[in-house]
Order: sequence, then structure tokens, then C-alpha cells
Amino acid sequence: MRLPLTLTVNGEPVSAMVEPRTHLVDFLREALDLTGSHAGCEHGVCGACSLIVNGAMLRGCLMLAVQAEGAEVWTVEGLTESGAIAALQAAFLARNALQCGFCTPGMLVAAATLLKANPTPTREEIREGISGNYCRCTGYHAIVDAIEEASRA
Amino acid sequence: MSELSAVDRPNSYIGRSVPRPNAKRLLAGRGQYVDDLRLPRMVHVAFLRSPHAHARILAIDSTAAKAAPGVVRVVTGAEMAAVCTPWVGVLHHLKGLKSAPQHALAIDRACWQGEPVVAVVARTRAEAEDAVGLIEVAWEALPAAVDMEAALAAGTLVIHPELGDNLAFQREHVGGEPDSCFADPDGVVVQATFHTGRHTGVCLEGRAILADWNPAEGRLTAYHSNQAPHMMQTVFAKHLGLREGDVRVICRDVGGSYGIKVHVYPDEMATAALARMLARPVKFSADRIEGMVSDIHARDHRITARAAVTKDGTITAMEIDDLTGIGPYSVYPRTSAVEGNQVVNLCGGPYGLRGYKARTTVVFQNKTPTCQYRAVGHPIATAVTEGLVDLAAEAIGMDPAEIRRRNLLPDDGYPFRNLANLAFEGLSHHACLTKLLAMMDYEALKAERDALRAKGVYRGIGIASFIELTNPSPFMYGIGGARISAMDGATVRLDPDGSIAIASGVTEQGQGTEAMLAQIVAGAVGVDLSRVRVTTGDTETTPYGGGTWASRGAGIGGEAALQAGNALREQILVIAGAMLQAAPESLDVRGGAVVDRATGAERLALEELGRIVYFRGDTLPKDLPRELVATRHYTPKDYPFAFTNGAQASYLEVDVETGFVTLLKHWCVEDCGTVINPMLVDEQIRGGVVQGLGGALLEHCVYSPEGQLLTGSLADYLLPMAGEMPDIAVAHVETPTKESALGAKGAGEAGTAGAPAAVQNAINDALRPFGARVFAQPFTPARILTALGKI
Repeated sequence: MRLPLTLTVNGEPVSAMVEPRTHLVDFLREALDLTGSHAGCEHGVCGACSLIVNGAMLRGCLMLAVQAEGAEVWTVEGLTESGAIAALQAAFLARNALQCGFCTPGMLVAAATLLKANPTPTREEIREGISGNYCRCTGYHAIVDAIEEASRA
Repeated sequence: MSELSAVDRPNSYIGRSVPRPNAKRLLAGRGQYVDDLRLPRMVHVAFLRSPHAHARILAIDSTAAKAAPGVVRVVTGAEMAAVCTPWVGVLHHLKGLKSAPQHALAIDRACWQGEPVVAVVARTRAEAEDAVGLIEVAWEALPAAVDMEAALAAGTLVIHPELGDNLAFQREHVGGEPDSCFADPDGVVVQATFHTGRHTGVCLEGRAILADWNPAEGRLTAYHSNQAPHMMQTVFAKHLGLREGDVRVICRDVGGSYGIKVHVYPDEMATAALARMLARPVKFSADRIEGMVSDIHARDHRITARAAVTKDGTITAMEIDDLTGIGPYSVYPRTSAVEGNQVVNLCGGPYGLRGYKARTTVVFQNKTPTCQYRAVGHPIATAVTEGLVDLAAEAIGMDPAEIRRRNLLPDDGYPFRNLANLAFEGLSHHACLTKLLAMMDYEALKAERDALRAKGVYRGIGIASFIELTNPSPFMYGIGGARISAMDGATVRLDPDGSIAIASGVTEQGQGTEAMLAQIVAGAVGVDLSRVRVTTGDTETTPYGGGTWASRGAGIGGEAALQAGNALREQILVIAGAMLQAAPESLDVRGGAVVDRATGAERLALEELGRIVYFRGDTLPKDLPRELVATRHYTPKDYPFAFTNGAQASYLEVDVETGFVTLLKHWCVEDCGTVINPMLVDEQIRGGVVQGLGGALLEHCVYSPEGQLLTGSLADYLLPMAGEMPDIAVAHVETPTKESALGAKGAGEAGTAGAPAAVQNAINDALRPFGARVFAQPFTPARILTALGKI
């Protein structure tokens, strides 16, 4: 069984037929080829699939695609092209706040969400703010530095 | 600045913290991980895995699965065995190591919970999983040998009866006079039993492979999330009945590896075999739940240890008895005996002992197989060694820093061969410790700890010195018969536009391999970093090599790249000399142009040289060599391994009411020789430290007595989060290896090697007023409260 789905992804209107069981992150990756969002655990713990849905950060693996009917969804691809996270990306690059890069799209979404709510966070607040996103490579220190740097820019 | 070395050139990038060239792509969501790839006619495989730790497979009914929507093929172990031969994970130099043949899919019997049994191929992964749920397996549950302590006991089930017992490997080593040291009536003997918790790598990108068999060409192409493409080329060829040259392995972006993705996994072998059976691309992407029971685990050890110390603080001897459970098979092709073997090699490593005795006993059990994970054996050996050193200090009333000062190998005492037969070319234990103590302001920190202790706040300081094995020669695997290259090559090419292309046998999983190669070659040839492109991870287009593991990328791959870059520069200068009517020795290449060596004046841009060589060769002397490409290979020859060293410290607070540990700060000073990119090296250290902290405090594969993994999701298996990790200060001492012109040793595992020991010692320092101690990792609140006698 497939259901009709209409939504906006990265500013572009999208219409598709989807299986009700398809998760939003799988729909984005498989139907729309937006492979920047990563499925790291598929049970809502690791944060690699974090997306912006209707202005709020959500886990793409905990939401069904059909639940995004009418929603406005932003992925790392759209956030990059719009320039919305350019300062964070520049700070991550300069500080090497990524290694394998698998957590990075979700981490950028978490960082952008944090800075939107709290433009000048302390290091502790940054650490708390990204604690829903696992990074297995960096040990987090460089990510905290980069977000701190971006918040000052 | 120190004086110029062989790698210091006018536009050298050695020692500069430049950003990684490939990071921008990953930041934009433009990575190409295996699961991002798709090919025409691609299908997906899902596996039915054993729900039992040990069970006989009486019958498999796939009727309903075969009829399910989208299903292309259902394959059992017997069918798979006709296409993919089994393997045995032994190496000749690990004398006596035994294991049983392991198949891609279990045939008659499953030996751990999670072992793949049936493969279902379907149009989508979801359809494949649906069909897996329709397969009926008649299981006969068998008794399981789960507890490693009981593996060799009479009455315990022998997992592979043909092997006679559950003993996979045992090695004992004695150096010097341990017995007389322990018998010294004026000495003090301290002892403890240490446990390291079985844990695993949890790469955020699960293991993944997309295998494509093209029958028209007779070639297999595997897009693989892996660290060692040439090793996998050999393995696929051998077990699928192909020639190595007919297998191509491509490793694009790899989402974390840490040693997890350098082993042979039955589900990945099955995927390659299925591609061959179906003659179409088959993708396998391990989900987290199946990854937790099928990725290799590591560090399941119990170590009984003691040390002898004189009353004036000389540590004279250590004695180690290690027991480790490795699951039902020794993992192919690196084997599961290496970790225990490393514990025997590495304990006591920073110190000058008079006696050393160590034994490892490696046993089979019905749990997920274990194998090499980041810092193989080092975190275990360091926790044991440094735990004993702190116990010795406490026993004789000496400061932990002081007892290390008295016993660490002297910085001017190299080369040195220790009682474990490790050869050290040049280490800097004292320089590192001195720098560490200054960085952390040791005396002030002790005063703060003591002042707070009076107020009922229990903080602890823990120090750990360590050694780390890097740059392995063929003595690591090749000598044991494994086709795992210790040599790596680099090809460096000048294109007509003046840009440089590098192809290297070492691989990138985020540590900065490609940045390191680009920096070395840009400096060696003499071009701007932005004009350098790097290719790694493709058996078809890179020189043969071992890949990236055992902290070998910079030390081995980097040296090959340096030599190739130097050779290309010399070739450029010969051609430029002919064009400019100048002696090649009077010229140099700097900033992308041939210049006068003495004055630096530009004589000829490289793109002009390239234009003439490639398009107007008619204008050059007939006998002028025109090669603008150079390949060089490197393998260490003087020492089996390039050992590095360092020291770490942890400052933390223990809540003695709840048992919770709060990490306040962590320091690491290490010596990896020449530092190519300080920022990237520091981040390797920090990331490694946090993986060590994870094992020390959080991560644990907990099994039920029946052999069921109880921590099989990320809700149960705890990983370090940003909010509970400390800032980590990193500094370096540089003792370049003289074996290579580059002088680089490895840095990837030092953080993991020392962090658990530092935390262990800090917790025990915090608990000292209560006479409580913990030696079993992870140091959970429950274990700390138990040590405090509160539960």
C-alpha cells in the first residue's frame, strides 16, 4: 500500500507515493537522493539523521514520511545551499571538528538549533546542546570549539 | 623553529595545521558512503541471524520467504558453501593458535547469537527483512560455553570438538629474574585482579558493502566500508575462487572504522558471493541492532597481576596472567590471539624492570567474536601496568609522579631492548611526564584536591605513562603467512596544468590521511597545497599497500609519498634544466614554479613545463627523459615496530553517595616523532582519548548466562556524549624515527592506550580516603558503590 505525500524539501515542492512504514530519513535518502542525512542507529539515539522539520530539529528515523505531510523539511543539502549554516561549516572546517563526517550533517543541525535558541552559549551549554548527537571520532572537544567560534562570528 | 631537517623545504607544509581538503565535501553532506551508492539492477540482502548462543540447525523452511513480495533469492549455508569457501583465522608465528573453519553462513550449527544463517535478497532492504521474518528454522538449542573463566574447566562444553578443547592460544614469556625479585625479603609485593569490559567500536556508519559481479568481464567490484582494500581483494579472490587481479575493492568515504572495518565478516563475504551467484549488484548495510552482535567485540580480559617494588621506590618486576575470551572463532585473517599477545608484549613497557613474566590464555566461548579494535591490547596493558605502579607508590608512601620518575626508562638510554623483547629506537618518557605535570600544574591540582577532600568533595588525579606500537613491519602479519602488506606505495604525477595527483595505498577514514599525503607531497614537489589531489582506497588505481591500521598511515604511507614527491621534483628539474640551459642542481621547485635555487627567482611555471612536455615534446632534446610521474614504496626494515610513548592524566570527581564519576579535565602529552599536521594529530589524540574513556566508564557488552547480548541497542550500550566528556589538553614531544626521512611515527591509538589507566588511577585516588579501589572496567556507579561498601 502506498499513500500520497506532499511536502516541501529544501524549499522545493515534492509529491510522492510512499509506503506508510517508510521513515522520513529513508524517504529523503532513497526517494529524493538526499543522502547527506545518515541513518546511524534507526532508533533515535545517535542523532545522525537530525533534520529541521517545520523549524524544529527532529530525528528522521523517528518520524514516518507520511507524518511530514504538508511539512517544510530542511536537510544538510538545503541548509548548505541556502547559506544558513555557512558560518558553522566554516568553523568546523577550520577547527577540524569532523573526522569521518558521518555524524556531521546531524551535528550541524543540532549546532544550528542550539545557536538559534541561544546565540552565545557557554562551553557547558554547547556540550549539553549537542548531547543528543553522537560523534565517535572527535571526542567532541573540537566540535565544541567550532560552535563556540561560530557563535562569536 | 628547530634547524632544517630533510623534510623542511621553503614551502613545506610539514608542521602546519591546514584544514583537510576532503572535509568541505563531508560538511556539505556530499560524502559517498557505501549506503549512498546505487547501481543499476541493485538488490539488497538481509540476514536471518541465530537467536541462540549455540544451536543446531535441524531444518530451514524458506517456502514463504521465497514467495514474499520482492524476493529474488533465499540462500542457506549449504548453498553458500558451494560458492564461498570457509576460512580459518590462524597465523603461523602465533605458535599453537588454533581455530575451526568458519563459513559465510552457518551450515549445521550456529555458535553465537547474531551469526548469519540464511541470506535473503530482495528488491529493497525492507522486503528482504520482511522475508527473513517468514523463514522457519527448526533449532535445537545446545548448551553454551559463555563464561571465559570456565572455558577450560572439566564439564564445560567444547565448542569445536575436533580441536580437543576451548583453548585457542597460550603464550608465556619470561624475561630477566622475576622470581628472585618477588622473593626479595626487603621488597614489597602489590597485586590486583583487573577486568576490562568487553566492548566494541560502534562506527556511526555501520559495516556496509555493495558487491557487483560482472560475468562479461569476469570481475568482482566491491564498494566496501573498509580500511584495507588490498587485503580484502586477496580475501574475496581466495574464497570466491577468483584471481586477485579480477577483484577490485573501492573504499570511498568510510564512516568510522577504528579497527572494526579491517576484518573478514561472514555477512560481507556472503554479500560478495551473492553478487556472484546473481550476477547483479547486491548491497548489505548492517543496521545498528545487527551490528552490535556481528561487529567484532574486543577487550574481554581478566588479568591477575603483581609487582615487586623496593622500599626506596624501584619497581623490580611484574608478573601478569591474562585470560581472554574471543568468541567461537579466531577472526580471519588477523586472528583473535593478537590482543592477548599484545598484553604479554606491552605490560611494564615504559619501565626498566629486572624481571618480567607474562602469560596470556585465549579461549573460545559462545559470544560474538573479538578481534583488533583501536589500540589493540594497549589500554589493557596500560591499565594493568599503571594500576600496579600506583599500588606500589601507595604501598611505600611515594607520590605517583615520583615513582614514575624513578622507574621510567631514561630518555638517553636508547636504543634499548626490554625484557619483553621489544626494541625501542628512541622514546621520551621523562620529557613527556615533565611536560604533562607542568601542563596540569600538578602541585596546584594536588593542593586543590586535598583542600576539597577536607570539605567532603572527593576528587582524584590519575597519571598513566604508556608505549604505543606503530608503523608495523612484516613482523606483524606477513611473517605469519597473511597476505597483508606492510609496504605501501605512492604515485605522484605532474599534470600539464601544473597540478599534482597522488595515489596512495594507505586509506582515509577521517583521520586525515589525504591531508597528510597532500601536505607532504606539496612540500616535496614544491607546489601550493590547493594544486594537489589525492586518490586512496581503490585497488585498481592506487599502488599496492596495506591500508590504514596500527597507526601506520603517516609513518609508512607518508614516507612513500615523500620519496615519490622528491623523485618527481628531481625529474622536473632535469627537464627544466634542459629547457633553461641550467644545471638541475642550480634549480628548485617552489610555489608551483621552477626557480633559481640561490635567488628564488622564478624561471619557469610548472604549467609551462607541463605544456611543453605533454604537447610540444618535439622541441625538447631527443634523449631527454620525460617522466613526470614517480612511484616509491616504503616498508620499515630496521625495527619491527616504531614504538611511541606518552603520558596522560585525568582529574575527576567521584560522588561517593551515587558512585557517579564526573570527568573534569584530561591531559595527554605524546611523542609520535615528526608531527605533520598538529591540528589533525591533536584530534586523533582527543578522539582516541574519548574512545578510551568510553571503555573505562560506559561501554560494555553485557551477556546473560545463556549468551544473549543484553546491551544490543544504543539505548542499552552507553557511548560517551559531549555533555559528560571533558576538555582534553594535548601537547607533544618530538623524537623523529631515524628509519625514515619523514621521521613520523603513528598517533592514532595513543589516546585510547592511556586514557582508561589514567581514569582508573584517578578514581582510586579519589576513593583513597575510604580505602576503596576499583579495577574492573567499566567503572560504573554500581561498581564504585560496591567498592565503597554501600551496596
